[in-house]
Amino acid sequence: MLKKLKEKFVEIDGDLRLEERSNEIYGVTAVFETPDAVIEAAKKVADSGYEKWDVNTPFPIHGMDDAMKLKPTKLGYATFTFGTIGALSALAMIAYMSGFDYKNIIGGKPFFALPPSIPITFELTILLAALFTIIFTLVVFNKLPKMNHPLMDTDYMRRVSSEAFGIFISAEDKKFNPDEVIGMLKSLGSSSVNLVYKFATDEDKIKTPIFKPAFLGILAGTAVLTAVLTYIILNYAIYTVPFDWMTNQPKLNPQKMSTLFADGFGMRTPVEGTVARGFKPYESYGKPDSLIRIISNPMPFTKEVFELGKKKYDTYCSPCHGNYGKADSRLNGQFPNPPTLHSDKIRNWKDANIYHVIVNGQNIMPSYAKQINENERWAIVHYIRALQRSQNALDSDIPVDGNKK
Amino acid sequence: MSVHKEMTLVTERTSFQELDNVVFKPTESKPTIKWYISMGISLFALSLGVVSLGYTFYYGIGMWGNNNPVGWGFDIINFVFWIGIGHAGTLISAILYLFRQKWRTGIARFAEAMTIFAVMTAGIFPLIHVGRPWLAGYLFPYPNQHNVWVNFNSPLLWDVFAVSTYFLVSFLFWGLGLIPDIANLRERTTSGIKKFFYTILSFGWRNSNRHWQHYEKAYLILAGLSTPLVLSVHTIVSFDFAVSVLPGWHTTIFPPYFVAGAVFSGFGMVATVLIILRKVFDLEHIITKGHLDKMAKILLATGTMVGYAYGMEFFMAWYSGNTFEQFVFINRAFGPYSWSYWIMVACNVGFPQLFWFKKVRNSIPMMMAIVILVNVGMWFERFVIIVTSLHRDFLPASWGMYAPTMYDIGIFIGSFGMFFTLVLLFVRVMPSISLTELKAVLPGSQPSHHHHE
Ligand code: HEC
Repeated sequence: MLKKLKEKFVEIDGDLRLEERSNEIYGVTAVFETPDAVIEAAKKVADSGYEKWDVNTPFPIHGMDDAMKLKPTKLGYATFTFGTIGALSALAMIAYMSGFDYKNIIGGKPFFALPPSIPITFELTILLAALFTIIFTLVVFNKLPKMNHPLMDTDYMRRVSSEAFGIFISAEDKKFNPDEVIGMLKSLGSSSVNLVYKFATDEDKIKTPIFKPAFLGILAGTAVLTAVLTYIILNYAIYTVPFDWMTNQPKLNPQKMSTLFADGFGMRTPVEGTVARGFKPYESYGKPDSLIRIISNPMPFTKEVFELGKKKYDTYCSPCHGNYGKADSRLNGQFPNPPTLHSDKIRNWKDANIYHVIVNGQNIMPSYAKQINENERWAIVHYIRALQRSQNALDSDIPVDGNKK
Repeated sequence: MSVHKEMTLVTERTSFQELDNVVFKPTESKPTIKWYISMGISLFALSLGVVSLGYTFYYGIGMWGNNNPVGWGFDIINFVFWIGIGHAGTLISAILYLFRQKWRTGIARFAEAMTIFAVMTAGIFPLIHVGRPWLAGYLFPYPNQHNVWVNFNSPLLWDVFAVSTYFLVSFLFWGLGLIPDIANLRERTTSGIKKFFYTILSFGWRNSNRHWQHYEKAYLILAGLSTPLVLSVHTIVSFDFAVSVLPGWHTTIFPPYFVAGAVFSGFGMVATVLIILRKVFDLEHIITKGHLDKMAKILLATGTMVGYAYGMEFFMAWYSGNTFEQFVFINRAFGPYSWSYWIMVACNVGFPQLFWFKKVRNSIPMMMAIVILVNVGMWFERFVIIVTSLHRDFLPASWGMYAPTMYDIGIFIGSFGMFFTLVLLFVRVMPSISLTELKAVLPGSQPSHHHHE
C-alpha cells in the first residue's frame, strides 16, 4: 500500500516536469557576471536594432530601462482610474443604500451625508486601486501567468533567477541569425552563450500546470465540498442543538405552549371584562345572529379605509380565509377550512353580521375582538365587500368602450 | 552602511548563491528539532484556544466575563491588540520603502507576513464577539432576503471595510513581493511536484526586465497606497471608541494616539519574533544586530509618543472642565484598576527609555526583555482603555467590575498559538527574507556608474 503510494507519487512527480525540447531554435541566451557588463551589453544590443530581446536579472537593475530603451510604464493610469472608480462607486453605494433604498433613522442623523461616508469611500478607493494595480502589472502589462515558457527550466533561467545577469535574443526577431548573435554576445563579454530550443510539442498544446486534470479536479472538488458544507451549515447545522440557542431561548414566544397557565397558551389575553384603550365594549357580544342590533357601516368609502381594511384582512383573516376570501387558506389541512366569503349567504348579509363574526367569532373561528379595534373591523368589512364585488364581477361590469382602449 | 558591513557573507560576487542557500535552507531541508519544539508549543497554545472556543460556540458567549456594564472585554481588547501588531509590517514594507531605508529589506518580508497573520488573528475576535460567527455575512452590505442594508453611519461598519481592505491589500502586496523569490525556488528545485506548485505561485515569472519595469512601479504604487491605508486602519479602529460618547473614549486625540500605539506594539512584536527566529533558523548574519538597533530606536520614538498621548489625555480631562471626563482619568490611575494603568505606563513609557543607551540596544537579552514588556504594556493599554472607561460610567448605580473567565484566557492564549503556528509554517515553506530586495541593495549589485545620455 505504502509502496504503491510512493510509486504513484514518483509517477506524478515525473509527469509534472517540463516538456521535452525539439531541435527548433527558440533563441540565444548569454550570461553576464556583473551588472556593469550586462548593462553595457544591453545598450549595444538595443543600438544594433534588435526588437525581440530581453534582459533577465534576479532583481531590477538601475538604469536598465533606459539602456533597453523601454518606454515608461503606464501603470499609474490604471491605478488612478480604478481608484477613482472605487471612490465613486463607494459613494454611490452608500447614497443608494442608506440615502434612498433603506432610510433608517439612526440617532436623528441624515440618511446620507459626506462625513460618515468618508472612511468607507477611502477604503474602497485604496482597495480597487491596489487590486487593479496588481492585475494590470501581472496580467495586462506582463502577460502573466505564462507557465510553459521555453526559457523556464533552463540553466540560463536557473542562473539569472539567482546570481547572474542575462540577455536573451529571440529567434523570432527579424534580424536574427544564430551565428551573428552568438558572435556579438560573446564579443560583449558574456561568460556563456547558449541556444534555447522550443518545446517538442506545439506550445499551445502543452498543458500548463493549472490546466492539468489533477489540479482542476482538486479545485473542482474543493469548490463542491465548500459549497455543500456551507449549505449544510447555514441551512441545517445552525438550527440544531446547540447552535439554536438564540432561536430557542428559555422564554415564551407567541404561539408557544406553556405549562404555567391552565389553558396551556403561552400568549395571554386581557382579563375578561376589561376594556383596552381604543376599544369599546360590543353590545351584541355573545348574542346569536338573530338578536344582533343592525347598525350600518360608519366608515366612509375612501382609499385609506380600503387600504386599512386590506392590511388588517391580510394580517388577521387571510391565513384561514385566503387572500381573496375564497377559503383557499394557507393553513389548509392544519385547520378546518372555513367557508368561502363569496357565498350568497355572506353576500346578502348585512355589514353588521360580518362585523359580528369578527368580534364574536363563529363556532370554531375565534373572536378577534381583542386584536382588531372598531374602525378596523368596519374597514375589513368594506374590504370584504370589495373582494366580493371584484371576485364575482359580471360581464356588464366591463365598460363597453373599455374593450377598445 | 554599518548594517551591511556585518553581512560578511555577501561581500563577494559569488555570494548571491550562498545567500540563496541560507535563505532557502528552511524550505529545502527537514525541520530542525528547534523548529519542532517551537511548533509543539504553538500548537499546544492553539489547541487551548480551540477548546475554549468550542465551549463558547457550544454554550454561547455567556461563557465569557463580559457583562453589564463592561460589554467589551477580552474579545475587543485582543482585536485591537492584534490589529495594532499588524501595523509594523506595513510600516516596514511601505513607509520605510518610500523613505528609501535600505535596512528594511532584511526584515520586510517577514514583517509583512506577520502583518497578515496578525490581521487574521485579529479578525477572529470581532467574529466571535458577535456571538454567532456563522451569520457574520450580515456585516457586509449584500442584497439579502430581509431587504435590509447595513448602517453606514456606524464606525463598526467602517471597521469591517477597513480591516478587510487592510488584509487584502497587505496580502496582495506580500504576494507580489514573493513572486520573484518563488520563481527562484522554481528554478532551483528538482522535484516535479514542488516545481508544479512553484510554477503556479510564481505565475511563471522569468525575471524579465520588461516585467521588472512594471513590477517596480507597482511596488512603489502599492507602497504609496498602503501608507495612508495603514494609518487609516487604526484611525478607524479608534473611531469605534472615539465616535461614542463615553468619557475616556470620546476624544479627538484617539486616531494619532492609536496609530502611534499600533506601530509601537507592532515593532515590539516584530522584534520579539525576529530575535527568536534568527536564532532558530541561524539567520544572525542577515537579520543583524544593526536591524535590532534600528528597531529599538523606533520603539523608543513611538513609545515616547504614546507616553505623550497618556499625558495629553489627562491634560484634556482637566482642561475640558468636564467632571465625568476627569473622573474617568482619576479612576484609571487610582481606581480599582490602577494596577493595570501603571503596568501600561511602566511598560510603554518607562522601560523603552532604556533604549537611549547603545549598550541596551545592542544586548540581545536586554532587548528581548524590553520588547516583551512592550507587548505586555500595549495589551494592557487596550485593557485600560476599554475596561476602565466602561466599568464606571455616568451613573454610579450601574457601576461594576470586570474579570475574564478561563475561557477568555484560553482564547487569548490560543490567539498567540495561532499566530505563532502561522509564523512557523511560513518560515518553513516560504523564503522569509526577500532575496530580490536584499540582493538589489547589496554593494556591487548595481552598475557602478549610470550613463544618462
Ligand atoms: C383561524 C382561522 C380563521 C381566521 C384567522 C378567521 N376566520 Fe373566519 N372563519 C373561520 C372558520 C373555520 C369559519 C367557519 C366557522 C363555522 O363553522 O361556522 C369562519 C367563518 C367566518 C365567517 C362566516 C362564514 C359563514 O359562511 O358562516 C365570516 C364572515 C368570517 N369567518 C370572517 C372572518 C374575518 C373578517 C376574519 C378576519 C378578522 C376571519 N374570519 C378570520 C376561520 C377563521
